[in-house]
Amino acid sequence: MIKIENLHASIDGKEILKGLNLEVNAGEVHAIMGPNGAGKSTLASILAGREEYEITEGSILFEGKDLLELSTEDRAREGLFLAFQYPVEIPGVSNINFLRTSLNEIKEYRGENPLSAKDFMKMVREKSTIVELDSKLANRSVNVGFSGGEKKRNEIFQMAMLDPKLAILDETDSGLDIDALRIVANGVNKLKTPQNACIVITHYQRLLDYIVPDFVHVLFDGKIVKTGTKELALILEEKGYDWIKESAAV
Amino acid sequence: MANYTENELAKDLENQEYKFGFVTDIETDKAPVGLSEDIIRLISSKKNEPEWMLSFRLNAFEVWKKMTEPEWAHVHYKKPDFQEITYYAAPKQTKKYESWDDVDPEMKETMTKLGISLEEQQRLSGVAVDFVMDSVSVATSFKEKLKELGIIFCSFSDAVQEYPELVKKYMGTVIPTTDNFYASLNSAVFTDGSFCYIPKGIRCPMELSTYFRINAGGTGQFERTLVIADEGSYVSYLEGCTAPQRDENQLHAAVVELIALENAEIKYSTVQNWYPGNKQGKGGVFNFVTKRGICERRAKISWTQVETGSAVTWKYPSCILKGDYSVGEFYSVAVTNNYQQADTGTKMIHLGKHTKSTIISKGISAGKSQNSYRGLVQIHKNAQQSRNFSQCDSLLMSDQCGAHTFPYIECKNPSAKIEHEATTSKIGEDQLFYCMQRGISEEKAISLIVNGYCKEVLNQLPMEFAVEAQKLLAISLEGSVG
Repeated sequence: MIKIENLHASIDGKEILKGLNLEVNAGEVHAIMGPNGAGKSTLASILAGREEYEITEGSILFEGKDLLELSTEDRAREGLFLAFQYPVEIPGVSNINFLRTSLNEIKEYRGENPLSAKDFMKMVREKSTIVELDSKLANRSVNVGFSGGEKKRNEIFQMAMLDPKLAILDETDSGLDIDALRIVANGVNKLKTPQNACIVITHYQRLLDYIVPDFVHVLFDGKIVKTGTKELALILEEKGYDWIKESAAV
Repeated sequence: MANYTENELAKDLENQEYKFGFVTDIETDKAPVGLSEDIIRLISSKKNEPEWMLSFRLNAFEVWKKMTEPEWAHVHYKKPDFQEITYYAAPKQTKKYESWDDVDPEMKETMTKLGISLEEQQRLSGVAVDFVMDSVSVATSFKEKLKELGIIFCSFSDAVQEYPELVKKYMGTVIPTTDNFYASLNSAVFTDGSFCYIPKGIRCPMELSTYFRINAGGTGQFERTLVIADEGSYVSYLEGCTAPQRDENQLHAAVVELIALENAEIKYSTVQNWYPGNKQGKGGVFNFVTKRGICERRAKISWTQVETGSAVTWKYPSCILKGDYSVGEFYSVAVTNNYQQADTGTKMIHLGKHTKSTIISKGISAGKSQNSYRGLVQIHKNAQQSRNFSQCDSLLMSDQCGAHTFPYIECKNPSAKIEHEATTSKIGEDQLFYCMQRGISEEKAISLIVNGYCKEVLNQLPMEFAVEAQKLLAISLEGSVG
């Protein structure tokens, strides 16, 4: 699905990623954990195509294509989805209008016909149940006046609508109470198929109780310093990141 | 707005240059260049006007000669030479058309290019249209149907001939000939425009619509619109404007007067897309317009404008809230790009008790343009319990443009309540990135965000105008983020 090799990236001359390697196959869930400032969100931003980062070295192949050559919107159209840590508010643009525009742009790129209004609304009704999203929110402006939990649920709702090949969840658990966390995680699990994959970026182990990863990677100082199964997350929870820092320093 | 499809928008975006820049090849009957008493007499005689109309013009001319061009607006431009302008240009075929079939095919084509084929409009939307090209009103459709209800909707010239009492009674009562430089000029030389009268208690069943177009080179357009809504009546009036692309600056100095008698309501919507000049700031229309309405007791006037065109705009649609419990509203989107300059806003004059006004102004500046909101809220001594709410938002699309807000508030009654909110924001990189991460192209994302930003205003427009306005916003801001 995606293969990241020796990725080096910097912002304003400061190197954040220092030779990151990661390979994710279809049907897999990968968790990326690590302390603040390790480069987790930077990785998500680079995959999605934020322009302020400079890629100094390395390559990213996504479904056989050079991801770094693709524009932000083409990456999305190829099936890469980022659930934002801080979903953005767009006043005056209804959630429905936003999603319909998005979905039709993606369909057009793939040479498919746009959905009729009727089919689209049917799809909205179906998918909004996945994250128990109040149908009223669909008609409100994108994320405007949404609670923290509603914003995150809205991200997963969008993910359900757009059906990406690779979804990157950037600290989707931050700011969620336990009920919202369960709803969001259940939503993600329902969307999982053998054909798609998911990268879950998180600080805490607790999200991984719900979204069970196939692999856990520890990102520290711009590199993946440890990879294991979900048990690794439990060890981290217990011992903290200092344990990793010490072993990385060795 | 739900009907607007992204594909349509995409098509329009491809055609991003000013698409109304064509010139219609019709013979025109022009007056000699320049302004003098003789020219005014010529215009008046061409139009076969009664004596009182001529003296109205000549009075205005006398006043105008003593006036100087206003300089307080936040705009810079080379002042027009008023002796270099042609004040009368009419499509040559002077006889009035008996039926739509008689209209010059070239002219029909112009209208088709403008997307307002009368036939189509008549059939599909039931919109009555008056079309003013250069100076003369060409065709007014639906006249007969409206006549049955006693509604008068015709060219200003026809009104002067056929309804002289109404014209005489109301013309110049809201905007006197002495009002300001451009209004006085207009009063002296106006050539045509639209006239509308809605009788007592009648709710006009369709949108009345006028399209203005400057076609001939070197001409100024000075049209005059007078809308009278008699007691308890309602009318929604639309106005659209385009002009050919020319290197020179063309002057448009219109006057619009609205009279809303007791319990009447007038909704006046404008989509202004005069040629804005090219990317280097050459050419374009100077749009110096005076628009004002007066509200009697419990009457309401609502101005909605979407301003995307013109090189320089100077325009303040205003309401005089004379009657108790009257209501004034102003909803505006003003877009400036490249070297465009706009100084626009409103005046809400509260004279009566319990009068209420709302101002929603959305300025969008891109390129090297300058966009100013200028508004006056005046509460007079007897205006007990009056209220105003103003919201002025500015959106910046580039680092080189400017947004300015000049709110003036004068309050002479302590029971009044006035609220003013203002914001300035730059179009968010985060918003754009969010849209693009969802597969939406940058251009479409801008259009989405901008339309969302203007929604409160666009929602005030009748449906077909709202769709048109959305497309215009997208085209005007093409490639403007930087």
